[in-house]
Amino acid sequence: MFSGFMVHAWAVATIVAVVGGAVGFFIVLRGSAFVAHAIPNGSFAGAAGASLIGVNTLLGLGVFSLGGALGIGLLSRRGRPDVATALTLVFMLGLGALFLSFSVQYAPQIYSLLFGEVLGISSTQLLPTIGLAVACLAALTLLYRPLLLSSVLPEGARSRSLSPFVLELCFLAVVALATTMTVPVVGTALIFSVMIGPPAAARAFTARPPLAMALSVGIALAVVWAAIALSYESNWPVGFFVGTLSASSYAAGRVFAALS
Amino acid sequence: MLGAIIAPGFFSSSAVQLAAAVGALVAIVAGAVGVFTVIRGQAFAGEALGDMGAAGGSSAYLIGIAPLWGFIGFAVAAAGAMELVGIQRARGRDLATGIVLGAGFGLAALLLYLGTTLENTTGAASTVLFGSAFGLQSSILPLVLGFGALALGIIIALYRPLLLCSLSPELGAARGLPVRLIGVAYLIAMALAVALSAVTIGAILSTALLMGPAATALALTSRPGRAILTAAAIGVGAMWLGLVLAYDSFDWRPIHHGWPVSFFVVTLVLIAYLAARVKARR
Repeated sequence: MFSGFMVHAWAVATIVAVVGGAVGFFIVLRGSAFVAHAIPNGSFAGAAGASLIGVNTLLGLGVFSLGGALGIGLLSRRGRPDVATALTLVFMLGLGALFLSFSVQYAPQIYSLLFGEVLGISSTQLLPTIGLAVACLAALTLLYRPLLLSSVLPEGARSRSLSPFVLELCFLAVVALATTMTVPVVGTALIFSVMIGPPAAARAFTARPPLAMALSVGIALAVVWAAIALSYESNWPVGFFVGTLSASSYAAGRVFAALS
Repeated sequence: MLGAIIAPGFFSSSAVQLAAAVGALVAIVAGAVGVFTVIRGQAFAGEALGDMGAAGGSSAYLIGIAPLWGFIGFAVAAAGAMELVGIQRARGRDLATGIVLGAGFGLAALLLYLGTTLENTTGAASTVLFGSAFGLQSSILPLVLGFGALALGIIIALYRPLLLCSLSPELGAARGLPVRLIGVAYLIAMALAVALSAVTIGAILSTALLMGPAATALALTSRPGRAILTAAAIGVGAMWLGLVLAYDSFDWRPIHHGWPVSFFVVTLVLIAYLAARVKARR
């Protein structure tokens, strides 16, 4: 379980859990679960486009996830945020359908982008993942205080140097960065589960932000590691275990909150 | 004149006729349900139900029943689960949707895995995601009519209390309305509408037709009844124009290749929404 190609899987899953748990904490705090679903899901169109014109998949994912983040940010400036998110998402998916219709081999690729292939990660994929993870965590550290402030008190951040709109765009860009890095290795469905379940569970256990964020990363790690071990043993897809374990961790959090 | 816009054979093709009929029915139901989705701020639930329906669709292929039943069963079960997790504040509602969607994705991964292991169904899975408006079978028409009527029936039967509870849950509760029960009934209507469009024209278009025309209509008028009619009209218009363009695209240079219907409809819906917002700002 710990030899050869499995080492890469463990390493990447650990990175994904740390970044997903940390970014997810703010996603849950800001109530932007829909955005966390829309950006990874829509960015798959970028991968389809990239494979169509023959450039690196990571580039396509990056362009589309950042473009999607920008689209959501701009459209929700004067409209309802959830409508803006939905329309940006479907437009990106529509483009993806167009790209796919022009390319020849598609069905297995969709499958792997949706649910990932964490057990098939090569060492060449490891380096860009680490680089993007560091960038993501650095951006999150810089934005930590203003994000926390504006998430708890939306009016509070207005007096500071960053306008709420710019801050929202920065946050969306961080989500896009996390997406670009994780989608090719773990898939859109899995990263979404990691960014929602563990942070929501952590928030049910404690209300203190630093503690909740650390707990969120810890739960995410436990979920992802257990999922890989179970998937290795049973041969069932990792995504199934990540999805159900994330939801179970949230259920445990709710039970804990109800009892205490 | 008309021949320059519409390629020959468009009206006589039975595949096109069926796609136009099903597309219009689905767009009308989605428009009516969608106005409430926008007012209630439940776009994420609508999108998630479509995705969950896709999971149900793939499980239906697995056990060999018609995909529509799998879609509807899964979407209604997901709607119930969302209500069960249900956090009542609007912010928490998206979180509940997310939790259910995450678990549903996991289940979908397992079902697709079992499906592809037992027999090759990746083609079926991509059909579920992207739909195939021109590849419908006429046996689906009665089912679409029946479930569409059921979804519309729920909306019509609950119209006034649903509107009140959507605009102000507090006011609804003060009037003694069962706000939560009405919410569940609405989620079920939405699940039916979304599953219906996802199984016929794909999960992408189901969200596009649910949110786009309704948001456009609500930017143009604030009266709910008029908004529903406008949304249904915009939805049918976008759907039909998308079908015409997709049909025409078989003749487009340089390569003769059919462009997907979903791409055209999604683009038209987005253009309509942006235009309505520009108009509303003036």
